[in-house]
Amino acid sequence: MELIKPDVNIDFIGKRRYAAVVSVVLILVGLAALIVRGGPNYGVDFAGGTVVQVRFDVPTDAAAIKEILVPEVLASAMVQRFGDEQSEFLIRAEETDDGLQGLRTVLMQKLEEKYGAGSVELRRIEMVGPQVGKDLRKKGLLAVVYAMIGILAYISWRFELRFAVGAIIALIHDVLITFGAFSLFDKEIGLPVVAAFLAIVGYSLNDTIIIYDRIRENRGRYHDKGLPFLINRSINDTLSRTILTSTTTLLVVLALFIFGGGVIHDFAFALLIGIIVGTYSSIFIASSVLLLWDKVSVKKA
Amino acid sequence: MTNSIKLRGVLVLFCLLVALASLAPTVMKDRLPMWWQSLFDPIHLGLDLQGGMHLVLGVEVEEAVASRLDSIVEETETLLNERDIIFKAVDRFDAERLKVTVYDAEAGKEVDALMREYFPSLEPMTIAAASGYIEKNYRFGDKEIAQIEDFAVRQALETMRNRVDQFGVSEPVIQRQSDNRILIQLPGVKDPQRAIDLLGKTAQLQFKMVVEDADVEAAKAGVLKPGTSLLYERNVDARTGQVTERPIVVSDRASLTGDLLADAQVRIDTRYNEPYVAIDFNAAGAQRFDQITAANVGKRMAIVLDGTVYSAPVIRERISGGSAQISGSFSEQEATDLAIVLRAGSLPAPVNILENRTVGPSLGHDSIEQGINSVLIGAVLVVVMMLVYYRGAGVVANIALILNMVFIMALLGMFKATLTLPGIAGIVLTVGMAIDANVLIFERIREELRNGKSARIAIDSGYAKAFITIVDANVTTLIAALVLFQFGTGPVKGFAVTLSVGILASMFTAIFVSRLIFDFFLDVRGVRKISI
Repeated sequence: MELIKPDVNIDFIGKRRYAAVVSVVLILVGLAALIVRGGPNYGVDFAGGTVVQVRFDVPTDAAAIKEILVPEVLASAMVQRFGDEQSEFLIRAEETDDGLQGLRTVLMQKLEEKYGAGSVELRRIEMVGPQVGKDLRKKGLLAVVYAMIGILAYISWRFELRFAVGAIIALIHDVLITFGAFSLFDKEIGLPVVAAFLAIVGYSLNDTIIIYDRIRENRGRYHDKGLPFLINRSINDTLSRTILTSTTTLLVVLALFIFGGGVIHDFAFALLIGIIVGTYSSIFIASSVLLLWDKVSVKKA
Repeated sequence: MTNSIKLRGVLVLFCLLVALASLAPTVMKDRLPMWWQSLFDPIHLGLDLQGGMHLVLGVEVEEAVASRLDSIVEETETLLNERDIIFKAVDRFDAERLKVTVYDAEAGKEVDALMREYFPSLEPMTIAAASGYIEKNYRFGDKEIAQIEDFAVRQALETMRNRVDQFGVSEPVIQRQSDNRILIQLPGVKDPQRAIDLLGKTAQLQFKMVVEDADVEAAKAGVLKPGTSLLYERNVDARTGQVTERPIVVSDRASLTGDLLADAQVRIDTRYNEPYVAIDFNAAGAQRFDQITAANVGKRMAIVLDGTVYSAPVIRERISGGSAQISGSFSEQEATDLAIVLRAGSLPAPVNILENRTVGPSLGHDSIEQGINSVLIGAVLVVVMMLVYYRGAGVVANIALILNMVFIMALLGMFKATLTLPGIAGIVLTVGMAIDANVLIFERIREELRNGKSARIAIDSGYAKAFITIVDANVTTLIAALVLFQFGTGPVKGFAVTLSVGILASMFTAIFVSRLIFDFFLDVRGVRKISI
């Protein structure tokens, strides 16, 4: 079976201005959402605080739970349904359990008082102190920065600096848009999401490098046709692979998103967005940067 | 069959056999012979999958420095008395300064000489004398402080080990981290609250003299003489169970601390049928206890545990033998837990819970199920897609994919890596990305075939040309995964591990194994056309 005919020749480079507009709009929408929501929505990993996941034997709703806990146990709390479960909830509070007498104990007592002993199951508790949260935030940011430096060094060594710059711009683009999507859909950024960002970095590069590789190879064959033609030819040559691989990866991530459960829902969401954006940026952004670089250096010379 | 194919075939077969052998303990558990189980560990599940508790405790090391100074204060007083040096007071200032107040310069010199001789780690500080007295100040050097703090963390680590041992959790992790933090992981712990109660309790036992002439009412209003503090004596009514608290003013300085304990046992007081904890001091402790009781006959001494007074008996006579008892209307469970923590050793300084992640077993179970489901569903989708798209070659790619997953699991077991929920996600992602190598190769082969090359040549050059691309593309992902491994903790580290292992395994299966299958059909079976 062939989805893409071998002689396909789509003018991707010709559409790069539209692509640039689309990218800028997407990034701006994300930024706007970020500003409207007053900064990134950090999970307890980074903001500090406590998340408790509870399951009830009896049907209830978020408002009822909140009424029991606020303000008696917690100064304020966010209660929301967990995933698609009818009777499972996440309770998030700013309090941390630094005294030893246990937020957990008090919380369970209050809930069992209301819903009956044994009818409340505490499934998970995550408490992160503010200092640890700060440390983790720093670590997460450093991880992304170090990964980018490492990759920049590798690509500069294997290709040329301008390729590396193109690849890095493409992946900053990917991470920005994914980050924006998190603000737009009001999803929490926790440790696993940073891991997902790094996976996106890896995947987006994977895609970009395969096109770059073809450009390097085609350079000898089409040296008299100019850079735009060369880039276009290379993208078309690898188009079949790009679409097939992106589809398979997207399929598995979709499986993760749908069947993976609530605990890694946000993680899968980040991957989902990242892979779509990563594929798009490899085709439209990474190569356009090469062209831009070329034009700027020609003007200078 | 050519030698090369035979050799490669044997290698792949060997790897597969080792992989299956190492996976057997995970799948078949106890049905295997002992030698097999001892050779290969089953795959280790992370806390998020098997349930359990992840704690990061911070040790308040400044407190350890302060309490070390307190004991020096005590020793200095004894020494000054022994040498007949007349002094007004010996005090601890802030957390790190010791002050000896004397009446004249000569005594000041004697104090200096004494301190130099007995406590060389203390540095003298010159501070202007106030109100006619001469104040001699001493503080620990930075190196000494660092040493005390380091020792405090190490001792806390040791104490935690002892306490966890009493707990009976299999494969606990107790590690020292930077910044005076201690990481504790208790897989499958049944009663998380009791674990926290036992681990977090400082169990800092102190004997402090009661300040009888203090104004308790003023103390309650916040007016305290320097060097004293207000504590509460806890009292539980045996019949009603009601807890009452009585304010009591004690000296800041601990005359004796629990680190000089040799043993602690629960006993029952036959008169009131009430449990109490009997403690025995070690030799040094017994000697100190003897001195203190001798010097303070007729005064009250408060027995303070973690800031609460349990009892404050009057010292009737000098106690020499080194035994004492802590009574304080305990329940039997409380007395037992108290004896446990006292035996396991007190913490040299209080600890704080900085991070607590507890996953219940039921959630872990659900996560495993959902994780496996998504891996299987994802894999089936990919397999079907490859079959439809590449037909014969798709079968080859699928064999490579399945081998890849077997190898990932086997390597996880052999490296003793921990499988976490994000780790499973890493496997899912690898499934999608591993197929990329084969897609790259197949697309190349198709190109070559379109250019009119024979199957043999198309395959050779397809693999040759795709190889560099595959390596370049995978190395970058590997860099990201390695960085993640360095920075990540727990579950996230699991993601980095499966992603890296998956990439390495996929290079082997997608390139080496799939090539072998093509070569086998072309060279041995004499196939001339390939289905791709």
